[in-house]
Amino acid sequence: MKYLLQRIAFYLFTMWAAITLNFFIPRMIPGDPVQAMIARFQGQMSTQAVASLYVLFGLDKKQSIWADYRGYWIQLFHGDLGLSFTFFPAPVSQVLAQSLPWTVALVGVTTLLSFMIGTMLGVFAGWRRGSWVDGLLPATTFLSSIPYFWLGLIAIALLAGPGSFFPSSGGYDPGLVPAFDGYFIPSAIRHSLLPALTILVSSVSGWILSMRNMMVTVASEDYITVAHAKGLSEKRVMFGYAARNALLPNVSGFALALGFIVGGTLLVEIVFSYPGLGYQLFQAVGAKDYPLMQGIFLIITLSVLLANLLADVAYLALDPRTRKEG
Amino acid sequence: MTLATTDLNAITPDGPASDLIGRSKRTRLRFVANRKAATGLAVLGFFLLISVIGPWIAPYDPSKRSSDLIQPPSAAHWFGTTHLGQDVFSQVLVGTRSVIFVGFLAGAVATILSVLIGVTAGYLGGPADEGLSALSNVFLVIPALPLIIIITSTVEEAGDTVVALVIGLTSWAWNARVLRAQTLSLRRREYIEAARATGESTWRLILFEVLPNLTAIIASGFVGTVIFAVMSEITLAFIGISSTADWNWGTILFWAQSQQALAQGAWWWFVPAGLAIAILGTALSLVNFGIDEFVSPRLRSSGRTKIRTATGGTVRMRVGFTPVLATTARTIEARNGKEQS
Repeated sequence: MKYLLQRIAFYLFTMWAAITLNFFIPRMIPGDPVQAMIARFQGQMSTQAVASLYVLFGLDKKQSIWADYRGYWIQLFHGDLGLSFTFFPAPVSQVLAQSLPWTVALVGVTTLLSFMIGTMLGVFAGWRRGSWVDGLLPATTFLSSIPYFWLGLIAIALLAGPGSFFPSSGGYDPGLVPAFDGYFIPSAIRHSLLPALTILVSSVSGWILSMRNMMVTVASEDYITVAHAKGLSEKRVMFGYAARNALLPNVSGFALALGFIVGGTLLVEIVFSYPGLGYQLFQAVGAKDYPLMQGIFLIITLSVLLANLLADVAYLALDPRTRKEG
Repeated sequence: MTLATTDLNAITPDGPASDLIGRSKRTRLRFVANRKAATGLAVLGFFLLISVIGPWIAPYDPSKRSSDLIQPPSAAHWFGTTHLGQDVFSQVLVGTRSVIFVGFLAGAVATILSVLIGVTAGYLGGPADEGLSALSNVFLVIPALPLIIIITSTVEEAGDTVVALVIGLTSWAWNARVLRAQTLSLRRREYIEAARATGESTWRLILFEVLPNLTAIIASGFVGTVIFAVMSEITLAFIGISSTADWNWGTILFWAQSQQALAQGAWWWFVPAGLAIAILGTALSLVNFGIDEFVSPRLRSSGRTKIRTATGGTVRMRVGFTPVLATTARTIEARNGKEQS
């Protein structure tokens, strides 16, 4: 229990740090950020947008940065992340609420799948060094060195296109209304196949490699020799003794790597015009939509923190040593 | 997304690794003898060369327009042309410098930071350690790429140096963590205690006793960060955040994407840049594998694990068997062969 509380305290601290960072980054720009932005838009900015910018950056009323900071927190607790420029009258929170489920579904499922497949292959690669799975490593390294978005582009060029089974963009067929019915769900799944495959192909190699290296290390432990000596079946030693112990560092590695992975997968959404956070971020960047960008950063960070917490709980369940009281 | 694969258990320098250290003096270029590392270094060297001479050997000015619009590869334009008639081959050549520059500068910044923070935290312990560890954990958990995107987009017309600094300043945490853990384990080793007992100053202890033993981890961390930095820079350019005035591989992809190169069937526009990224990334990963395997020979996949016994059956060696012996024997043979010829 103590372990879990420590972790929760840490995540709260990280959350505070991320929010504070989010608050200070636009304020670190020298000069008046609003004027800079107006200049960048070359006058093509509505007066409402300018006004909302001043409010966003707390420049509408002259007050100390601490009062600003407090106001920012109060806003956050009300779920108020400001107004988006691109979707002007819509608040950022509403835009986020629309796109978050797409990202969670796509990235969540593919990351978990990739972790499981990669770990499984890693178990075999590490157990039978020099077998065909081991020979696969250079190939998977090459695949993982390809940027996600480029792989996505190639996948679209080769597999998608008019008349193909895989649609090249979007999250569902135009003309359908998002709902849990027999038309929408299959369409959404069909649209997510190619992005999911792209993420899977380029992210699986990392898991294979780390699991393989852990297996190699664990395989020379004394308790493995003992297990063999007891005459246990190969399979039992491999999964029940070696893999179980090799898995632990991989799980904590999973938690730590999440931040990296999420960053990469957002790009796949951009390439496939998938209606998730990554695509919104891309549009926000293109339109210099600061409130939306910050909102997306915040929500991604919070999701990653939550996922980390879940990974910690899983670790707690897997490793009895952390459960020991005291 | 390649993370540094060095894990703590793999770098504990006991077992077979310790006699390697003793031998490394005699064979200076041992690291290069590893086939993976040698391949990686060779490819990396090629890209470094291109990054230096690229702008000189480029047949055209990468931004110069011509009347050959969207031409497939030909003798005049090896990688074809863009929608403005620019030569893609020249763009790739010229763009290499920016990619290498950002990768190595960001790698250097992140490595210096991680050594400072990781080693200090691991060596000092106590409240300083807890503070620094919390700091690096925070940076580790916050998704790096969105953070980099946010920061870079607030800077106007971010050039190569700014991009490199932003990447370097946000991506040191992983290495700091690994270094801290290893420093913690080194700090209580007997030779350190002995050095401390002879009255060496803390600075000398850190610089001459601890740091040399961290070389491999630092190097592999550096290579890992270079991979990450190259990917991030290209991503930033591809999304269109960093300045599009300079050429790098991401800028090429940015234009290819915004001009719908795919829909026009202009595969030559984005294939060369993408392949270049993948090859550079693979080369760096191979160097990292080489470092890992150099430090922890158990991880080597080369060498036979199936051995024919005297009775004629085959046995798959598993426990306590490291293929190091076979490999070293072979390299020694190879070396002897070279010396004789």
